Order: sequence, then C-alpha cells, then structure tokens
Amino acid sequence: MSNLKLIIKREFIARVRNKTFVVMTFLSPLIFVGMIALITWLATLNNDEVRQVAFFDETGNFVSDFTDSDNIDYIDYSSLTLDKAKDSVVTKKLYGLLYIPKKQSNRALAESIQFYADEAPNISILNNIEDIIASKLTNQNFEEKGLDLNVIENSKAKVSIQIENFSGEKTSKMANYIKMFFGGAAGYFLMMFIIIYGNMVMRSVIEEKSNRIIEIIISSVKPIQLMMGKILGTSFAGITQFVIWVVLGGVLMIVGSMFFNIDMDHNNMEEAVRLVEETQGGTMANVAELFIEVNKLPLGTLVISFLIYFIGGYFLYSSIYAAIGAAVDSETDSQQFMLPIILPLMLGIYVGFFSVIENPHGTISTVFSMIPLTSPIVMLMRIPFGVPWWEVVISILLLVGSIIFMIWLAGKIYRVGILMYGKKPSYKELFKWLKY
Amino acid sequence: MANLLEVKQATKRFGAFTALQGVSIQVPKGSIFGLLGPNGAGKTTLIRIINQITLPDEGSVYLDNELLKPQHIKDIGYLPEERGLYKSMKVGEQALYLAQLKGLSKKEAKERLKYWFDKFEITHWWDKKIQELSKGMAQKVQFIVTVLHRPKLLIFDEPFSGFDPINANVIKDEILQLRDEGATVIFSTHRMESVEELCDHIALINKSRKILEGKVSDVKREFKSNTFEVGLLTNNTNGLYDTLNDKFDVVPADFRTIDEQLKLKITLDQNTSSNQLLAYLSEKAEVVRFNEVIPSINEIFIKTITENE
Repeated sequence: MSNLKLIIKREFIARVRNKTFVVMTFLSPLIFVGMIALITWLATLNNDEVRQVAFFDETGNFVSDFTDSDNIDYIDYSSLTLDKAKDSVVTKKLYGLLYIPKKQSNRALAESIQFYADEAPNISILNNIEDIIASKLTNQNFEEKGLDLNVIENSKAKVSIQIENFSGEKTSKMANYIKMFFGGAAGYFLMMFIIIYGNMVMRSVIEEKSNRIIEIIISSVKPIQLMMGKILGTSFAGITQFVIWVVLGGVLMIVGSMFFNIDMDHNNMEEAVRLVEETQGGTMANVAELFIEVNKLPLGTLVISFLIYFIGGYFLYSSIYAAIGAAVDSETDSQQFMLPIILPLMLGIYVGFFSVIENPHGTISTVFSMIPLTSPIVMLMRIPFGVPWWEVVISILLLVGSIIFMIWLAGKIYRVGILMYGKKPSYKELFKWLKY
Repeated sequence: MANLLEVKQATKRFGAFTALQGVSIQVPKGSIFGLLGPNGAGKTTLIRIINQITLPDEGSVYLDNELLKPQHIKDIGYLPEERGLYKSMKVGEQALYLAQLKGLSKKEAKERLKYWFDKFEITHWWDKKIQELSKGMAQKVQFIVTVLHRPKLLIFDEPFSGFDPINANVIKDEILQLRDEGATVIFSTHRMESVEELCDHIALINKSRKILEGKVSDVKREFKSNTFEVGLLTNNTNGLYDTLNDKFDVVPADFRTIDEQLKLKITLDQNTSSNQLLAYLSEKAEVVRFNEVIPSINEIFIKTITENE
C-alpha cells in the first residue's frame, strides 16, 4: 500500500473513531429537529396568548365591528366614563384601552383615535384595530358619496399570480420560501462543515507537532504527502458523516411522505393536497404541501452540488488550516491567523442571506458565486433557484484552480512550520518560509 | 574500509542564517559514528539532510556510493531527538503504521514486531494506548520502530535520554548488536561517556562548520601531549619533586592510591621517550604507577570548541 493511502486510512480512522464524531453524527440531526420543534412550539405559544382589549367608543358606530378574533378579545366599556374605563383597564390588568372620540368628520376622527397601554402595544394588534376602523370609515365615506357598497365589493379584483417554469412545473410562493430555506440551510451547513472539518485538520497537525511524532513521520514520507493524506482522510470522514445524514434525512422524508399519503409522482400532487385538505383539515394540508414542495426541489442536484462545493471549499480552506496548524505550537496561538478564514466565510454567508435571497441572479450574487473563497457558500445558495450550467462550471474551475494554488502555498509553509518550535511566527515570517 | 555515507560540502541557509557551511563527513561501513557539537551547531540540520527532510542548498549526499534518492528512505532508520507517538493510538496499530510507512508489508511488519515485542517483553502493551505508557516505555516502542525495517544506516539523536540506566544499557547492547549484524550507526549526543564507550569514529561540528573528524584512536593520538601519570614511592618527597621539576615539565597529579606516594603528571618533550623517563624514574624511586595520559573525548571536545571560539 502506498504511503498516501496509509496516511489517509490512519487519518480517517482517527477521525471516525473519535467519540465526539460518533456522538455528533447521530445526535446533531436530533438536535436540529429538536430545535425546529422548539422554535415552532415557542411560536405557537406566543400566538396562543389571547389579549383582552377594552374599547371606549363615543361614536357608537364601531361596537358591532369589534368582534373577537383568535388572539384579541374585545370588551365594550363605552357605557362607562373615559376615566372609569381607564381605571378599570388598569385594575383588571387588561392589555389596553382603545379610545374613539366623537368628531365632526371622519378625517378628524381618523387622526384622533388613541390607544392607552402601559407597555408598547404589539404591532400586529394595532394593525388589526387600524384595519377594522379604516375599512369602516372607508365604507362610510363611500356611502356619503352615494356609492353602492355592494357594487364596490363586487368590482374588486383578486389577483394571485401562478408561477410556472418553462418546463411546465407549477410553483408557488411557498416553493420560493422553501428554496430560500434550502439554499440558506445548505450554505450555512457548508460553512459549519468547513469550519468544523478545517479545525479537525488543524488540530491534527498541531497534535503531531506537539506530540513530536512529526519528525518520525516525515523521515518516512514527504511533508506534502502527510498534509494531503491528512486533508483527504479528514474529508472522507466528513463525507461519511454527510452521507449518514442524507440517508437519515431520506428515511425521514419517506416516512413523512407515507404518513401524509403523498404520491411521489409530481403530477398527482395537487390532487393529493386536496385529498389531505378534505380528510385532515387545514394545518395538515399545509404540512403536506410543504412535503410536496420539498419533493419538487432538485434534491439530487442539491445533494451533489453540496458534495462538490463542500469538497472544493473544504480543500481550499483546510489547506489554509493545515498551514496555520503547522505554523503554531498550540491551538491558542492559532487565533491570530483565523481572520483570513472567518472573514471570507462570513462574507459568503452575508452575501448569501442579503443578496442571493433578494436577487439570486444579480451582479453581486453572481460575482461572489465565482470568487473561490466565497463561491462554495454563495453558489450553493443560488442553486435551488436554478443557475445556468456554465456558471456552475466556471465557478468550479476557478475553485479547482485556486485549490491547487492554495495547496502548493500551504505545502511550503507546512514543510517549514512543522519543524519550527518555540516562537509564534508573524505573517512576515510565514512569507519568508515560502522561500526556504 | 568503504564508506556507507558520504556528505560532500553540504551547505544550508535559512534566510540570512547559515545552518551548515560546506560540511563533509565520511561514515565508514559498520562503524559507530559520533556526531558531536554544541547546541545549535548544525547537527540536526545535517541529520535532516541525510534523512531527506531538508534539502541542502549546495553539496550532495551519497549512500552506498549512490546519490541520495527518495527510495533510500527505507535504508535509513532515524530516531529523532524530538520524538513522540500518537497519544490516543494503540501501541500495536501505531507500530504497524510506522513500519508500513517504511515500506514493510503488514504481514512482515507484524512478524518482526512480535519478535521485538517478545525480546523487550512488552507484548502485553500491544492494545494499550501510548498515553497509558511511561516515557521510557514509549521510547522502547520508538526504538523498535526505528530499527524494525533493518536499515543499513541508523541515526540516533540522543537515544538514551528518557531511559533509566538499566534500559539505557539494554538499548546500548541492541545498538552494538545491530552494528555487529552489519548496520552502520550515526550517533549524536552530548553524553561524552557514551561516545567514549561506543563510537569508533567522530566528527565535531561547531558554528555550522566541521572542525574535526576521524577515527577515535587517531583523534586521540593527535590530541595526546606526551604526558605520563606517575606514582613514586620515596622517603624524600620534596627533594624528589624538586629534582624532577628541574629536569621535566611537572605538575602535581591527583589519583586514588592505597599508600602515600608522590603523584605527578610529567610532560615530555619530543626528544625524550617514555622508556627514558621510566629508566630515569626507576633509579630515583620505586615506580608504582606509570601510564600515558590519553585525552578523553570530553577534553578534546572542550579544548577544540574553546580554541575555535
């Protein structure tokens, strides 16, 4: 067996046997699902709260319009005086008091309505109240001008744009959200993967250095072989972990689809949604639609491009990590060199979240999906929205080119660094090492 | 005697710092070659060049009359001064891994490891992790891994550090046995008594240059000053001292004896032979001790380095 293979094998086994690796592989999907469940639960908890709002309506016009909704109960205090109503709201610890004074004109009225509350009121509750009053006043204005409300109501047009791509597949806004979610999640995962696995490479380099085994090893193999073996072996551990997650995720998807009785054939899906809606009610139908949209995503393409960009991005960054590990004596010393790694990764994430989601094919998104240090993250976020194949090819070629350059560069620093003990090198010294 | 290793005019610079300046050494086949020098002299750089860890800027290295090539890695066994093992890896796995990196097949490596583990009585460590072993125990494993692939050339950098006297002796005997079986050994250390004991050739490096090289006996011959240590039994100690002091270059000496005697170191000029001195002394007193003072490697080391300053 060649030395490179031996090193790869050792590194792979060393990573995979690590307890943290095993625990994280099987625990993190659970943690992930658990977090989503927790967030969902917290959100429903918030929505379930019913606020009691008292109103004091001097005009008497609105009493019938304030009907209780899911999260607001309206209480009519119009029969009291304003001061008594205020006192009552305070003593009964109601959410607030809405005061509608009597005014000459609707215009004056619209500007003099007040809401009394101790804490700043919830925006959505205020919006709700404003909507009720506004539509009432609008209708009154229409009537004053002698317009027939029924006619107006009937003339209102409702527009809902159907989104369909050129191959005839129908999508919805939901699909867009899902694309954002998947793109964002993929990009974010990639960053996490690069940081976690890059750190593994760095730690393993530092370990060999501080164990002093390094000189024994490089009297048998070339330093560049050791570095490449380390990077490759660790990447296989990463791929293993990813494959386990994809398999687990796939099993969950299939189980979920079976639960909602979804036919995997896309054409029958709308039918399926209707079916679920009829049999199981609204919420279930939403969940079912979600599953359908997820199924509609180019999941295969996503997984493959995730793998390609993960491997590419990982090679690029882990060679930097390896060089840093070789340059320092301990992990604490490595902090000063972390900036060149964290900065482009964060940039990629921010461009992804602020630019790609807004405009997946805009100039900024396109440029950053080409620049090698950010392309793995940004391109991955763009892919669910559909990217022309040649753009992907160019970005991959640029990535491969810079990987080769970076490995060459890192190899030079690594070669010198692994045998240097004692002082922390500066960037200037690292540059000098390139010429040794 | 043919040379197994020849380094010719090796020069290595790290930026503005010159680690080695035109160093040449010749290591005869089957010898134990002591590579000596103060800290920072350039020994480790030279050893790394021989191991192809570092490439020289100038000069060349020949192993068995062939220009040093990557294939020669399996012909060399190197125990570096800064040595360690993977802490969380099991002893057996680790030894197998390192042996395979030196080109042994897994099967071959296993058989030879079994032999060495039995020899050192450490077979029961096979499934232990290195972090469970003491430093001396780990050193044994490192020694085994260094010699396992039966290299022609063995390079030991401070091999005895970390060993207790008993184990140091075990290792010393193993080194001698390997030499007897045909291996050539380069031995770098600051412990002059082990150089004295083991080495038949030495080279001294100071401030990136070689300042001395040769057979130990030749070097000693070169450094001896024709001085003799004598013990004389006499009734007239002071008188005899004065007489001798007039005739020769005499200094009082100190060595352990049973009786009271006149202890002297007498240095002869080139015209006087030891026999003449002995004849002269035996007329004056009873000679109970007469031996030539041979400089120790330690003395040669200190003398050469201080003169070189």
